[in-house]
Amino acid sequence: MTRWIGQNRGFAAALALFLALYLSYHLIHPRGFSTAVLVQNSNELVAIGFVAMAQTVPVLLGGLDLSVGAIMTLAACVASWLLDGSPVQIALGMIATLAVGAGFGLINGLIVVYGRLQPIIATLATGAIAIGLALLIRPNPGGTVDGDLNWALTNSIYDFAETYGIANGGEAAWLQPFINIPVPLILLFGTACLVWLPFKRTVTGRTIYAVGSAEGAAFASGLPIDRARIAAFTLAGFFAACGGLYLAIQTSTGNADVVQAGAYTLNSIAAVVLGGTALLGGTGGVIASILGAMILRAVSFYFRILDIDPLLQPLIEGIVLLAAVSAVAFRTFRVKNQLELFR
Amino acid sequence: MQRPIVELSDVSISFAGVKALEGVDFSCHAGTTHGILGENGAGKSTLIKIISGVLKPDYGTIALNGKTVSVSGPAEAADAGIVCMFQELSLIPDLSVADNISLQRPPRRLGLIDKRAQIVRAEKLLSRVRCEDVDPRAMVRDLSLSRRQMIEVAKALGRDPKVLILDEATSALTQRDVETIYGLLDELRDDGVCSLFISHRMHEIDALCDRLSVFRNGHHVETFAKGERSDAEIVRLMIGRDVTAKFPPKPAPRERAPVVQLDDLRWQDRLKGISLTLGRGEILGIGGLDGQGQKELLLALFGVLKGVGGTVTVGENSGLPPSPHAAKTGRNRIALIPEDRKTEGLMLSLSIADNIIAAALDKVSSGAVIDRARLDAAVQDGMDRLRIKAGSTEDAVKTLSGGNQQKVVLAKWLMIAPDVILMNDPTRGIDVGTKQEIFRMMRALADEGKSILFYSSDYAELIGCSDRVIVLYDGQVVSELTGDAITEEAIVAASLNMQGEMA
Amino acid sequence: MTALTQIRPADRPILIAFSFTILILLIGTAYTMSTTGTVPLLQPSYLMQQLQIGSFLGLCAAGMMLVILTGHIDLSVPWTLTSAAMIATSVGGPWAIPAGLSVGLCVGLVNGFGVSVLRVPAMIFTLGLDTVLRGLMVARTGGFAPQDQATPAMLYLAKSKLMGVPVALFVWIAVSLLVTFILTRTTFGRALYAIGTNERAAWLSGIRTRAVVTGAFVGSGLCAALAGVLLAGYSAKAYQGMGNSFLLPAIAAVVLGGTHILGGRGRYAGTFLGVVLIVLLNSVLSIMQMPEALRQIIYGTVIIGMLLIYGRGMRVSE
Repeated sequence: MTRWIGQNRGFAAALALFLALYLSYHLIHPRGFSTAVLVQNSNELVAIGFVAMAQTVPVLLGGLDLSVGAIMTLAACVASWLLDGSPVQIALGMIATLAVGAGFGLINGLIVVYGRLQPIIATLATGAIAIGLALLIRPNPGGTVDGDLNWALTNSIYDFAETYGIANGGEAAWLQPFINIPVPLILLFGTACLVWLPFKRTVTGRTIYAVGSAEGAAFASGLPIDRARIAAFTLAGFFAACGGLYLAIQTSTGNADVVQAGAYTLNSIAAVVLGGTALLGGTGGVIASILGAMILRAVSFYFRILDIDPLLQPLIEGIVLLAAVSAVAFRTFRVKNQLELFR
Repeated sequence: MQRPIVELSDVSISFAGVKALEGVDFSCHAGTTHGILGENGAGKSTLIKIISGVLKPDYGTIALNGKTVSVSGPAEAADAGIVCMFQELSLIPDLSVADNISLQRPPRRLGLIDKRAQIVRAEKLLSRVRCEDVDPRAMVRDLSLSRRQMIEVAKALGRDPKVLILDEATSALTQRDVETIYGLLDELRDDGVCSLFISHRMHEIDALCDRLSVFRNGHHVETFAKGERSDAEIVRLMIGRDVTAKFPPKPAPRERAPVVQLDDLRWQDRLKGISLTLGRGEILGIGGLDGQGQKELLLALFGVLKGVGGTVTVGENSGLPPSPHAAKTGRNRIALIPEDRKTEGLMLSLSIADNIIAAALDKVSSGAVIDRARLDAAVQDGMDRLRIKAGSTEDAVKTLSGGNQQKVVLAKWLMIAPDVILMNDPTRGIDVGTKQEIFRMMRALADEGKSILFYSSDYAELIGCSDRVIVLYDGQVVSELTGDAITEEAIVAASLNMQGEMA
Repeated sequence: MTALTQIRPADRPILIAFSFTILILLIGTAYTMSTTGTVPLLQPSYLMQQLQIGSFLGLCAAGMMLVILTGHIDLSVPWTLTSAAMIATSVGGPWAIPAGLSVGLCVGLVNGFGVSVLRVPAMIFTLGLDTVLRGLMVARTGGFAPQDQATPAMLYLAKSKLMGVPVALFVWIAVSLLVTFILTRTTFGRALYAIGTNERAAWLSGIRTRAVVTGAFVGSGLCAALAGVLLAGYSAKAYQGMGNSFLLPAIAAVVLGGTHILGGRGRYAGTFLGVVLIVLLNSVLSIMQMPEALRQIIYGTVIIGMLLIYGRGMRVSE
C-alpha cells in the first residue's frame, strides 16, 4: 500500500482531493447521498470522462491529441441518425458510431507515424476535418434516439432492469445490492476496465508507456514503436466516440457545436493533468484521468448548491487548474542540479 | 574451429561524411568470450550497434550462423539471439523492474501479460545476478545506477542470448557485481554463448577473454588468441605507431598565483569535501574512475548546482556563481566545455555561426542590437583560430564531423575570453588529429595565462597535458601528482584508492 | 521538385506557401469568372479589405511565433485579446490603448513565470490562465457584451484609411517589421532560436533562458492585446468570445509558414505568408459560399497536405 502510494503519488493526491470535494458536496447538499443526485452527477461526468480517457493515451506517448473533442462531436452526430429502430438496428448503429471514431483515430495515427507530423499540429488539422464532417451530417441540431435506450442508460441499474424487463424487472433478489448504482458510471468504468486494463497488459500497451518514458531505450529494446503510436491514436478515437455515443443518447440529439468540441478538448487536457498523468509521457493512466474529470465536475457541482454566482464559475475553475499544476511544479525549487530542469 | 556465429564482411559506415568503420571483416564464435579493444572513437560502439541492428551499414554484409541476413532493426537482431547491453542503458525508467526484465517477450496468459509470472521470472533472473535485494515491483527510476546496470544484465540473460554484447558493462559496478558478472560470463561460455566484451580495463579483458580483437580508427587491426601478444604489443596495436602521444611540451613546474581556490566543497553525496587550488596558466587534470564526483565538481564551479557547501574563491571574488550566465559574465569569466556536446554543447540544427556566437552575443552587439559586421568578423575569427573545416558558416553544425563540432564548442567559449576553462572530457569520440590540435590549443591558452581544469577519462591525456593531476575517489581528492610523478601507475593506483598496488 | 531542392531548406516552406497563395487566388478568380464574370479577388480594394481583417490574425500570429520558436505555445491568446479589448473600452479616453496593452504585458509575465520558472508545460499553464481571464471577464461583465464604446484612437487605428490603405494594415506591417528586426538583429531573437533548438545547451552557454522565454510570452501577450484593441475598434466595442476564432488559425499560420512546432526553426516572412494564405483561403471560400462544414474540411486538409509536402521536401534534403 505504501509502495502503491509512493509510485502513484499523483493519483493518490487526486483521489484524496476528489473524495474531500465530493463527500463534502454531499454533506452540504440538501438531498446528499441520494440516488437521484448520484445519477445526475454521473450523467454529467460520462462524456468528459470518456474524452479525458481518450486524451490520456496519446499523452502517455508524450504526444497530444487536439481532435478528441471534435471526434466526440462527430460520433454524437453519427449516432443521432443511427440509434433508432429495432434492437438490432440500434446495436449496429452503436457499433458503427464507435467504428467511425476508431477509424478517425486510426487516420490520426497513420498521419503522425507515416507523415511524420507532430501530433499537436496534425490533430489540430484533423480536428477541423472532423468538425466539418459533423456539420455535414448534422447542419442543425436534431435527431432521434430510442426513448427506452435514453431512459435505461441515464438512470440507475433498477431503471435499466425495469426498462428491459431483466431480472424480474429489477426486482430479483440478487440485484438488490446494486440497484442504486447509476448506469453511466458502469458504462464509464466498465469500458475502462474492459478495454484499457487489458490493453495496458499487451506488449503494444506497454510500449506506449515505454515510448513516453524513454523513446531511445524503447527503440534499442526492439519494441514496436510505430504500432504503439497508431494504436494510441486509434484508441483515443475509440474512447472519444464512446463519449459522443453517450452524449447523443443522453441528449437524444446530435449537435455539431464547434465551441463545445473545443471546450471538451481543452478540459480533457486539464483532466489528464489533474489525474496526475505527466504531459511529458510515461506515467499515469486512463483511470487517473477519469478521476481528473471527476474533480473538474465536482468543482462545478458546488456552484449549484453553494449559491455561488454562476458567473464566477470559469474563474474558480481556472484558478483550481492553475493552483493544481503550480503546486506540483514547486518541486522545481528543490532541484539541486539545475541541469535536471532542462530535459 | 567451427563456423562463426556472427560474421561481418567488408562493412563500412559513415556519419556526416566521417568514416566510422571502413572495410571491416570480423567474426566471432560460439563458446568464446571475445574482447574488443580500441581507443575512444576506434569504432567499437559502432561495430556493436551494427551487430545488434541499431545501425545499418552503408556497405558490406552480415552473416549469422553462416547465413547472410539483412538485420533491419533491434527486434530482428533480438530474434536471432543477439542481445546487447548498451552503454546508455536501455531500461525504461517509468516501468517496474519486472516489466523491464520481460520487456520484449513477456510471459502471457490469455494473450495478456501475466504480471505474476513476470515477477516470478524476474525474481529468478535477479537471483542469478545476485540482486535478490531488488524488489521486482520497484520502479527502475528509483534505483541506483549500479543496480540498474545489474538489471540490464538480468534483462539480457532473460532473453537466452546466443551472442551477448557487453559494452562497458562494468563501468558503474561495485566489485561484488563485477565478480558476479565474471562468474556469469564463465557459465555462459560453457553453455556455448558467444560474449563480446568491451572494456577499457585491461585487467578485465585479461581475466575474462580468450580472444581479442583490436580496432583503430574504424579499421579492424587484428584478432588473436589471448596470450599471443604482450600487453605492450596490444597497446601499440591500439594506438598505432604513428600517433604515439604527441602532446605539446610542458613548462617546468613552478609556483603560480592561485586563481581558483576551493576549500571543503560539498554537494549532496557526490562531493565530500574537495579542496584544491588552480593556478594562473596552469592545466590541472582531474583523474579517477568515472562517477567519482569529477563532473559535479565542474558543474558546481559553473553555477549549475544549488546548495553547494564550502568556501570558494575565484580571482578576487568569493563564492560560486549562481548560474552559467553569472559564471560567464563575472569578473573572472568561466567557461565550461560540457560532457555531451550534442545535448549540452551545441544547438545542432542551428548554423555554425549561431553556435560560435551563442555565448558572446553581447560582445558583438550595441545594447540588444547585433552588429552584423562585428558578428561576422568574430565568427570568422573563431573559425580561423580553431581551423574549423566547413563549407560555410551558415551550414548547420550537425553537418560537421565530431572533431569539428567540438572545435565549434571550443570556439564558442574562447569568444568570451575566459579566465578559467572547465573541460569535461573534451576529446571524447573525436579523431586523433583533432585531439592533438585541442591539446596544443590548451597549452597555448595556458601560456596566455588562462587556467584550465581538465577532466578526462583517458589517463594518457591527463599525463600528457596536465601540469598537475588530482585523483578523485568517492567525492574526495585522494592523490595529487606533479611533474614526473604523473604516471599511469600512480593514477590507476589512486583511482582504485589502493595506494601502492598496481593495475 | 528538382528546382526546390536547390533552395535553402528554410526557404522551402515559404515558397510552397507562396505558390499555394497564388493557387488559391487563381482558383478563386477562375470561380468568380465562371459564375459572375468579375474578378474581385484581383482588385486592390478588395484585397486591402481582406488584409485589414487579416491584420488582427496577423498580430496574433506574430506573437504566437515568438513563443513557438522557443518550443512552447500560448493558448491564452483568445482571452488575452478579449480582456485587453474590454479593459481598453472600459478605461476609455487617452489611456484606453495603454491599459489594453498592459493587460497583455501582465498576462505575458504570468505565463512566462509559470512556464520558465515553475516549468509547468506551456500547453496547460496558458490554458489555465486563459480560463482565469475568461472567468475574470465574465464576472466583470456578467457575461454580456459591455456597453463601453471604443475610443476614437481605437476606431482610427482599426477602421480609417491612410492614403487609401487601412491603418490596421500599417499597424500589422509595423509590428511585422519590428518582429523581423527582433528575430534577425537582436540578441533576444538569437536567443529565442537557441532555446527552441536546445534549451539545455542554450542555458549552459550562459543565455538567460528564463528571461528570454518570459520575453517571448510578453511579446505574445502584447501582440494579442494589440489585436484585441484593434478588433474592438473595428467592431466599435468589445464582446464576449471575440478572441475565440484567433487561436487555432494563428497556430496554423505560424506552422504553415514553416516554423517548427517544437521550436528553433522558422522565419517571420513565412508566418506573414501563412496569415495571408489563411485569410485568402477564407475569403475565397466565402466567395464560393462554401458551407461551414466544407470550409472546416478544406481548412484541415490544406494544413495536413501542406505539412506533408514540407516534410517530403525536408527528407529529400537530409
